[in-house]
Amino acid sequence: MSADTDLTTGPLEYRSHEGRMNILGFWIFIGAEVALFSTLFATYAVMFGRTGDSPVPAELFELPMVLIMTFLLLTSSFTCGIAIHEMRRGSLKGLLTWLAITLVLGLGFLGFEIYEFVHYIHEGASLQSSAFWSGFFLLTGTHGLHVLLGISWATLLIVQLRQRGLTPVTSRKMFIVGLYWHFLDVIWIFIFTSVYLIGMVV
Amino acid sequence: MSSEHSEGFPKKHIVGFIASIVLTIVAAWAALSSGLPTPWIITAIMVLAVIQACIQLFMFMHMTETDSGGIQVGNMLQAFFVAAVVVAGSIWTMSFGYSHNHDGGGNDAEMENHEDMDH
Repeated sequence: MSADTDLTTGPLEYRSHEGRMNILGFWIFIGAEVALFSTLFATYAVMFGRTGDSPVPAELFELPMVLIMTFLLLTSSFTCGIAIHEMRRGSLKGLLTWLAITLVLGLGFLGFEIYEFVHYIHEGASLQSSAFWSGFFLLTGTHGLHVLLGISWATLLIVQLRQRGLTPVTSRKMFIVGLYWHFLDVIWIFIFTSVYLIGMVV
Repeated sequence: MSSEHSEGFPKKHIVGFIASIVLTIVAAWAALSSGLPTPWIITAIMVLAVIQACIQLFMFMHMTETDSGGIQVGNMLQAFFVAAVVVAGSIWTMSFGYSHNHDGGGNDAEMENHEDMDH
């Protein structure tokens, strides 16, 4: 690290070399996750149109539902950003409030996604029904599992934040959960665009 | 305690949030109501998605902060390059020349008839 790196000012999560390295390391992990999701997107794209006897996506995809899910996740990404903003102002209460709102929105998203999956399965589109739907459920399901993991992780962190308050360590952990949550929204933007919108157009 | 840009009103977040909502609505409109040719629609909404991803990375995730900001940006550029190569390369090798025979309801019925005849 360069000599002019100042560890005494700035946000708490950047006050130690360890904290900074953890955050850089998490960025590299996110890069790997982007590569992982790209293989699922590629599989989905290759399977596109190969629906066999099962319903075609344009029959099942509904814009209002997809928009609700998108707005829930977009808003949760925004409130997560506000949570980090509150953390940097030194407000534990603000952080916990906005983080709780984020998780409620995340749970709302998951609820809609589960409803959507159940609905599709009732309509004859499940993991087993065709190559296309396998690709669809694999891609959206992997994203959904990441959301579930993010909710669980942040919930555990809320417990720790309540016990320990804002320290360089808890701030760093919170910042990293925040990165993860925003990353889930980045992936969803591409699912919304390349799965749902293109699925309704083509 | 805090760096200057994180004091007070979270302007960057609110601008980013409003921009994301607008871009999402524009993408949905372009896809379903614009009446543009399909290749144009696909190109346009993918561009909008990349812009939205950049909003997340730069405005919400503080990608350029600290002196490892450059490494972080470089790493994400590399990750998205890999993603683009994997997706475009897969479509090119696996789907080039493949046509979708079930765009509308009418064709579906035809497909089913063919299958009935096969069995």
